[in-house]
Amino acid sequence: MPSLGADMVEGKLVEWRIKPGDTVKRGDIVAVVETPKAAVDVESWQDGMVQELLTKPGETVPVGAVMAVLLAPGEAPREVVRKKISPAARKRAAELGVDAERIAGTGPDGAVTVEDIEKVGKAAPAPAVDRAAEMRKAIAAAMSRSKREIPHYYLSHSVSLARAAAWLEAENARRALPERLLMAALFIKATALAGKEFPEMNGHYREGAFQPSAAVHVGVAISLRQGGLIAPAIHDAEKLALTDLMKALTDLVKRARAGSLRSSEMSDPTITVTNLGEGGVDAVFGVIYPPQVALVGFGAPREGRVVASVSGDHRVSDGYRGALFLAAIERLLQAPEKL
Amino acid sequence: MNRAELRAVFLEELRRIAPEIEEAELKSDRLLREQVDLDSMDWLNFLVALHERLRIDIPEADYARLATLDQALDYLGGKLGEPPNVASPP
Repeated sequence: MPSLGADMVEGKLVEWRIKPGDTVKRGDIVAVVETPKAAVDVESWQDGMVQELLTKPGETVPVGAVMAVLLAPGEAPREVVRKKISPAARKRAAELGVDAERIAGTGPDGAVTVEDIEKVGKAAPAPAVDRAAEMRKAIAAAMSRSKREIPHYYLSHSVSLARAAAWLEAENARRALPERLLMAALFIKATALAGKEFPEMNGHYREGAFQPSAAVHVGVAISLRQGGLIAPAIHDAEKLALTDLMKALTDLVKRARAGSLRSSEMSDPTITVTNLGEGGVDAVFGVIYPPQVALVGFGAPREGRVVASVSGDHRVSDGYRGALFLAAIERLLQAPEKL
Repeated sequence: MNRAELRAVFLEELRRIAPEIEEAELKSDRLLREQVDLDSMDWLNFLVALHERLRIDIPEADYARLATLDQALDYLGGKLGEPPNVASPP
């Protein structure tokens, strides 16, 4: 079960898109997993042949649990080691609706005993799923972790939008409706290019160390109509032409709202952009989404200016570098034709 | 296409973007984006849908002319060759 964000501790397998004997390539959709935030298409992260599917549709398993066995190209099938489960334990498991294969046994040689089954059977919850409550819980968990672990600093900078707005108006006047751009695409591209210039704002902080990312995968905060938000990635945003970035953004928003995101989009963001100008706010000082180390916010454009802000991680950068990073975003927005 | 038909198409496309809207609660003289909570991406997607469905162009400079349901139907009706705010005879 892959981790599809800092707020995920377990996931429910909705369906398999593969079966034993299938050949899969890295990036192929192999399963659909439901998280508290969305149903996500899980991609394979390696090439191989499916030997066995261990998790059944409908089962909820923790992040890190083995769900399937893949054989590397050319690898001979391995004998699958079965758990030792006594017939009595197997019978009791069936009565209680517990999957004995997934239980850590406490008997001799790790055998699963009747007691093991009953312990899990009694503890097994069967609550009705309240989607909104689950989403709120997931957001709270990630944001609490962020505020607990990340020493945030916050900066803001009033950025002139005159050139960007004039360029956008002229550009959209010559574009057909489906090809038109939103200011949000310029914000994302400018952030991605600035992230490339300032590696300490772009990457992941894991196990006590910062790992800068060569690529800039911009997480875009998308509010969902039913409430809550999600911040999936536009991959390699620094390399995309504005037209392609706009297409990627349109597609991402559509799929986020339809509940059809891919696992890499959930796990790969290296920096997040939130654009709350639509709500009319002057500025936004967001909470960094771990394991990322920076979040860039944009408020509502007013009188040709917008307040750009950054929430930075003091374990990785200081306010001075954060200020230069914001200045780079401003500089990039003054030459929109080059974005 | 008469105004009633245009209104039906308009609301059908709007519902694809905002499935939760109740037609009866929509005030035809109030700001549409505010009532239906459409952000700029929703708004663009909605206009693209109207563009494809009605085969008309809507320049960005005209977006303000679609601010309310009434104004939007006037504007789109005009583009389609209908007189503004007049229902076709049955």
